[in-house]
Amino acid sequence: MSGTYLGMPSFPVAAREAVNNPTLRANLRHATHTIRAKRAVAVAELADWALLREAGKQIKDRTLRHLDTLLVELEEKVTAAGGVVHWAADAEEANRIVTELVVETGEREVVKVKSMATQEIGLNEALEAAGIAAYETDLAELIVQLGEDRPSHILVPAIHRNRGEIRDIFATTMGEWGRPAPDDLTDSPAALAEAARLHLREKFLRAKVGISGANFMVAETGTLVVLESEGNGRMCLTLPETLISVVGIEKVIPSWRDLEVFLQTLPRSSTAERMNPYTSTWTGTTDSDGPKAFHLVLLDNGRTATLADEVGRQALRCIRCSACLNVCPVYERAGGHAYGSVYPGPIGAILSPQLRGTQSDIDASLPYASSLCGACYEVCPVAIDIPEVLVHLREQVAEKGGKGHRLEKTAMKAAGWILNHPAALTAGERIASKTRALHPKTVPGASAWTDSRDLPALPEQPFRDWWKKNRT
Amino acid sequence: MRVALFVTCVNDAVYPSTGIAVVKLLERLGVEVDFPPGQTCCGQPQFNTGYRRETEPLVRRMGRVFEGYDHVVTPSGSCAAMVRDNYPRIAHKGSDPQLQQVADTLVPRMYELTEFLVDVLGVTDVGAYFPHTVTYHPSCHGLRMLGLGERPRKLLEAVKGLELRDLPGAEECCGFGGTFAMKNSDVSAAMGEDKVRNAASTGAEVLCGADNSCLMHLDGLLHRQGAPQRALHLAEILASTEEEPLG
Amino acid sequence: MNTRETILTRIREAVAQAPEVPEPARDYLPSHTPNDPQTLVNLLAENLTDYRAIVHHTYEDTLPDLLNQLLSAHGTQSVLVPPGLPEHWLQASNAQQIEDSSTHTPHDLDTVDSVVTGCALAIAETGTLVLDASPDQGRRRITLIPDHHICIVRAPDQIVASLPQAMPRLDPTRPLTWISGPSATSDIELDRVEGVHGPRTLEVILLSSRSGD
Repeated sequence: MSGTYLGMPSFPVAAREAVNNPTLRANLRHATHTIRAKRAVAVAELADWALLREAGKQIKDRTLRHLDTLLVELEEKVTAAGGVVHWAADAEEANRIVTELVVETGEREVVKVKSMATQEIGLNEALEAAGIAAYETDLAELIVQLGEDRPSHILVPAIHRNRGEIRDIFATTMGEWGRPAPDDLTDSPAALAEAARLHLREKFLRAKVGISGANFMVAETGTLVVLESEGNGRMCLTLPETLISVVGIEKVIPSWRDLEVFLQTLPRSSTAERMNPYTSTWTGTTDSDGPKAFHLVLLDNGRTATLADEVGRQALRCIRCSACLNVCPVYERAGGHAYGSVYPGPIGAILSPQLRGTQSDIDASLPYASSLCGACYEVCPVAIDIPEVLVHLREQVAEKGGKGHRLEKTAMKAAGWILNHPAALTAGERIASKTRALHPKTVPGASAWTDSRDLPALPEQPFRDWWKKNRT
Repeated sequence: MRVALFVTCVNDAVYPSTGIAVVKLLERLGVEVDFPPGQTCCGQPQFNTGYRRETEPLVRRMGRVFEGYDHVVTPSGSCAAMVRDNYPRIAHKGSDPQLQQVADTLVPRMYELTEFLVDVLGVTDVGAYFPHTVTYHPSCHGLRMLGLGERPRKLLEAVKGLELRDLPGAEECCGFGGTFAMKNSDVSAAMGEDKVRNAASTGAEVLCGADNSCLMHLDGLLHRQGAPQRALHLAEILASTEEEPLG
Repeated sequence: MNTRETILTRIREAVAQAPEVPEPARDYLPSHTPNDPQTLVNLLAENLTDYRAIVHHTYEDTLPDLLNQLLSAHGTQSVLVPPGLPEHWLQASNAQQIEDSSTHTPHDLDTVDSVVTGCALAIAETGTLVLDASPDQGRRRITLIPDHHICIVRAPDQIVASLPQAMPRLDPTRPLTWISGPSATSDIELDRVEGVHGPRTLEVILLSSRSGD
């Protein structure tokens, strides 16, 4: 994954800052609670939701089991339809391929549809290094780009910003990138959308190269699918002469028919709509309609390593709907930036450490960034058991015995011994109870608990003693 | 019917009153309860923190201790869910066939208290008396892993004198999450503070739950804030009667 | 070994021990709606309206007048026309008709006020119009750049109830555009606002035959 996040502090450290930022807390609370309620309504409309969820899960599992054959089939169909398929093992290779393709066109600027894969590989930075300007055209991505910020949500990368902050960013920075915002710009969402429309239109109309990701790639037909709302996707996919799509290998699905499942579950899970305003599907190139050249870059970048993990591979079912973020109580308070990855929230906590490994502080801390409440699993439209994978990854982190885990392991082993020797446990409980008057209200070293919470008073006697006296 | 109480390590050491309440409640309902003294901990703290291997001896112990009982009842949704959801996973990952045997035989006999009352005994009115206002927090593992649904609410609604008040944002996690409360203490406390704020907004005297680990976290916050509300385990409310009211 | 082979080999090694996965169970409903033509027309209209499209009902003989009214009301001076749009549809309109051709640049299209097209299919349950670039719909860009799109749906022939009913009727080798209401965004505070880059006004005409026609 991209180096943008190298040197990020661990999750608890980064989260502390967010927890103590009242504006951010209020922005996140407002946005996530709004969408949470709407999603529940949209999902409740479909009596067969559980069956659609199960079908989506099974389609993805079958895809992953036969990923090699499906990718070869996809390549064949895309090529037959006039596209060119490239394979990229990692971020560096993908960035090199895309940069070379853009350089070959002779263009110095590209327009981009929002794409998680290109964010993951840090494509914009790579293009910039080659002297190519990449313009993000999704409204939220534009807010992030103009604000020199980082995305904090999969669907709504600027979720951490409220309308007033967005107004200020537009008013001060749009002029540096192109058409400035109107002088009388207000913070009404309609006025902000209008400003983005005017600012970006000049870029769309002159763009010669578009870069996108894809939500799905249909192996049997070679069709790529992009779901969006604003029309910026359609602009980027149809107006330029060259289209380059960078897509993770797990985005393939076997058949055209499979879309009937995901086109029902994805919009309802992400924006809580029956259907998003625009969906584009294209197969290679079409004479006189749309780009003359189409390149598909198939990206691995840690996906095959994830695929090799029996428990962890279910993370590759993800269709990037972000329902798990919106429902997550930890995300709501910690914010997306604390996850140190373009993939924040519960899915990020299992995806990032698998795609990147758990060597860094941030990646080793992500599997613990959850209370295991299970709300994410409940809403996931492809039934990824995120808590199961989190615990599985904790085991991998603990096994490695990194920072803090060696001591913890010793403590766990000691506790394990006591718990396997009830006599020792009973003795310990009795001593604790007998000396309970001596226990301070705060315990040294336990400040993580006692900074905000009192410890319970210990009882006169443990339950087992009561039982012994009263029932035996 | 041979019924064993799995009191859980937290209740044994810190909340014996909950275990005592379960014993009295079940006895009142005509159930003969046994407490096998070899029991300790289900291994959830170890397993959920990433120490699966360290959990294995505790899984085997649970299997031995509760062998031969028709039902094992525990006043903790979280510990019941640990056995039901995670023992099969531990067995699958481990190499010891004994673990699989425990998973196969213990899982179908493990009941969270409200499941045992409603599903096995078939009662919702347990003859309890508790003249107080109560709001109920459905802990995540009971809610989502066990799917306790309406069981706790039905039991509370049948308690004489009790006025149940809806908890806003009830289904949201309280922020305890085992070692999460220590490892991510800032987020944990922020979640807990929102939970107790919602609980306070109901004006109820008692914040009730069916998991003392969550209640320990919430009561710790209430206590620190000097809030008048107190946290109380569901079993203690159900054990309370007119003849022997909860003190 | 080239990258293609490297990735394919990694995949094969990764799943070598994984159990076979059966064909997915498709136990979900083929449709959530009774298959009655009038129900489908009403549901489509309802869902389109819910997402801020403006819905009209008319018949073959009254269509030209309606189109004239809608274009006039919008203040349309020029209207883009795909090559295969039935000629008489716009016979009552005074707006300048511009037949789309591949020589039009995006900047040219940006000067046109409105576009009128047919569609390939409409899906009632989701309030979706699908365009497949057939001659009565034209290139994908013509329904994108003008700010006003009027789309004509033959009711009930072109209306299906659900996604599962739509998929087999669509040709994936054609470039498809699925439209569910006008352009919108949820990017500001996750609240939905209509109108960003695509046409901000979407009018849908449900065109029926008179009974006995």
